[in-house]
Amino acid sequence: MTYLHHIGAYFLMIAEMFRKPTKWSVMRTLILKDINDLINSSLGIIAFISFFVGGVITIQTALNISNPLIPKYLVGFATRQSVVLEFAPTFTSIIMAGKVGSFITSSIGTMRVTEQIDALEVMGINSINYLVFPKVIALLFYPFAIAIGMFLGILGGMAACIYGGYSSVPDYILGLQTDFDSFHVFYSFIKTFIFAFVLATIPSYHGYFMKGGALEVGKASTTSFVWTSVAIILLNYISTDLMLG
Amino acid sequence: MIEVKDLHKSFGEAHILKGISTTFEKGHTNLIIGQSGSGKTVFIKCLLGLFDYESGSISYDGKIFSQLSEDQKRDLRSKIGMVFQGSALFDSMTIAQNVMFPLQMFTKMSKSEMEDRADFVLKRVNLADAHQKMPSEASGGMQKRVAIARAIVNNPQYLFCDEPNSGLDPKTAIVIDNLIQEITDEYQITTVINSHDMNSVMEIGEKIVFLKNGFKEWEGSKDTIFKTDNEAVTDFVYSSNLFKKVRRMYLEENQ
Repeated sequence: MTYLHHIGAYFLMIAEMFRKPTKWSVMRTLILKDINDLINSSLGIIAFISFFVGGVITIQTALNISNPLIPKYLVGFATRQSVVLEFAPTFTSIIMAGKVGSFITSSIGTMRVTEQIDALEVMGINSINYLVFPKVIALLFYPFAIAIGMFLGILGGMAACIYGGYSSVPDYILGLQTDFDSFHVFYSFIKTFIFAFVLATIPSYHGYFMKGGALEVGKASTTSFVWTSVAIILLNYISTDLMLG
Repeated sequence: MIEVKDLHKSFGEAHILKGISTTFEKGHTNLIIGQSGSGKTVFIKCLLGLFDYESGSISYDGKIFSQLSEDQKRDLRSKIGMVFQGSALFDSMTIAQNVMFPLQMFTKMSKSEMEDRADFVLKRVNLADAHQKMPSEASGGMQKRVAIARAIVNNPQYLFCDEPNSGLDPKTAIVIDNLIQEITDEYQITTVINSHDMNSVMEIGEKIVFLKNGFKEWEGSKDTIFKTDNEAVTDFVYSSNLFKKVRRMYLEENQ
């Protein structure tokens, strides 16, 4: 019953987010601030992780190809498919559930503890719209970050080829081009939009409805990470089954 | 004017407010006093609509709050200024931005008009040089004054203060009390203050409502509180030896 209560409250929060919108001049500032806080500040970690994981995928694939009948370009092909289909959209989102999600939950949770949300409500402001909506809009830019992650993942794989000698660059590039299906990129970005919405709203829900003090803010951040990750994994399965299955 | 009739509020099994009725007049400083756990904060949050209540009614100038639509409630709230116990200033904004916030949300003022208005109210609370400071850089007393400035910047009709003197030294507390009193008189606001501070009671209590265990035990003013023979009130208000002596002297002088 508790789970049902939370699911119901979550969807009510989403409905409330679209009621009584905040003045556009104020909302614009909030959106720009959230783009900076949530997207800009995440680019470094996304770039770093993507580049090295791309390299690791290349190394692992190359080391596991022992059969001489398997063409060398498979290294590039496997890296591209792994990075574009799963690593960049899904696993980066799990990492972002920790980074961005914790930031959202703790910042909104602290506002709850210090009565700043009550202050907004008393002023007659729709606090859910004021706090959550700009984050949803800011995270519409999340696919750009993921695109950078895809590019750097593939580049990381190429760097492993050049500096580690796991495959030749022409073979790697041939692998990247072999059987390329643009629908896979489309599928990947559709998933990313879904994950972006989850990344903005589940942590906001846990921050907004938390009760207690500083300790509970920490607990809410942890809970939000767990549930955001669970939602991303489940939605990944469903969207993959629907779009590729 | 705010009118409360037979207000009941419970949290689960705990019955917190048990049929409170009272009236808060326009242009008066109204104090709600009582021991910790007597229901003061719950009462003030019910008045603000932050808590729903089981029965009774709260009306603002004749409009019953519970019968208003969500949009009407939000419009009414835009006429309310609130000073929270912990000030509740927005951490991410400077002091000037905090004060200008209600103007940004509810008026069509230009940026320079908003800055002028913020400048005026910050001077009014004796914070002329604090515009660019962040709330974390301000002392407790300064934060309270910023919270008052934010609460009055949009000319509210109703001002609520939850423990405005908590954590302040006696001198700063008197400055805050006098400021609230002056603002109430000057702008003819209906002011409701939730307080533990007996100095405030004696200084600005034009109307005092004493709550005990969720009931309204007594109501009067700073003048009548000296003469009351209600034991619960005298036990609470004159719990310190100093106030006992003050009361004895007052009664002897007025016999």
